[in-house]
Amino acid sequence: MAAAALGLAGAALAADAPAPDRRSGYEFMSRETRAMQDDETANPGLLWVREGEGLWRVKVGAAGAACADCHGEARTSMKGVAARYPAFDAAHGGPITIEQRINQCRVERQKAPALAYESAELLALTAYVARQSRGLPIDVGADPRLARALETGRALYHRRQGQLDLACAQCHDQYWGRKLAGNTIPQGHPTGYPVYRLEWQHLGSLQRRLRNCLTGIRAEAFPYGSPELVQLELFLMWRARGMPVEAPGVRP
Amino acid sequence: MAKGMLNVPARAARGAVIEIKSMILHPMETGYRRTQLGAAIPRDIIRRVVCTYNGTEVFRADLHPAIAANPYLVFPTVATESGTIAITWTGDNGFSVTESAAIAVE
Repeated sequence: MAAAALGLAGAALAADAPAPDRRSGYEFMSRETRAMQDDETANPGLLWVREGEGLWRVKVGAAGAACADCHGEARTSMKGVAARYPAFDAAHGGPITIEQRINQCRVERQKAPALAYESAELLALTAYVARQSRGLPIDVGADPRLARALETGRALYHRRQGQLDLACAQCHDQYWGRKLAGNTIPQGHPTGYPVYRLEWQHLGSLQRRLRNCLTGIRAEAFPYGSPELVQLELFLMWRARGMPVEAPGVRP
Repeated sequence: MAKGMLNVPARAARGAVIEIKSMILHPMETGYRRTQLGAAIPRDIIRRVVCTYNGTEVFRADLHPAIAANPYLVFPTVATESGTIAITWTGDNGFSVTESAAIAVE
């Protein structure tokens, strides 16, 4: 028990500097699944990217404006943007995710109703924006205004919860590389989101994945867009800072 | 929300075997599942995929409920002449999508 507590404290301190052996979930995948992610003609995430490319130019809402009307070519204007989210938003007074940023733009600028989490349109737009950051290093959490949210996220990551009484850190810091049922436990770096998960046969956001994990440890999953999920997302992205964005990734 | 992806080499030597890759966004709902309240979810699948090369059929496949969502089909054909390769996915609920690509054969 004391050893476990020490281990957790050690992990929390070590997380301040990026661990030397950080690995993307990509490296734990089979050769076939890696090939699927790398091949632009075989990666199913590209289906959503293409949808998003179309939506980028569609005029919506009372303002009758398309994303492209303000942001122009996403290839240049959105380059590196997804690698910086969750980011501090002054209006919100805290971190917001890339999905929330897209919806903020829709509601305030385009005067259109917000898109539902995991809806086809929101996934497509997120995938299209995230695609523009592929290969760029994740750069999240340096903003001092995010310090408190980051600490809350870190605490959540290390907090035991659910009927199985497990913390994220127990699997993803202490037991990564080992097996959970038939699957290799990855380190939990969110490098490829939104991700095409073969199990889902669908693209999904990081929050969907986090809710999956929470249900898996038999905890009550936080709702989409809740402060807890955003803080956790912020902490995980900060923990993965410097690693290249793989969006849209493929995961088993 | 329905778009297909068709990948064909832009140019090929006459007589060469080329690879055609296709993928489409589709749920491939089997018809065997039920909602949490027990109501049957109706089948919604792609039934047939047909590929033509300058109007001549070169590949055809019948798909069934056991096939995963977003079907990815790769098949070879022989590059005979310059022209258009087209692929059509048809299925339940009047689903029909066609994509085409040009190929230059020299």
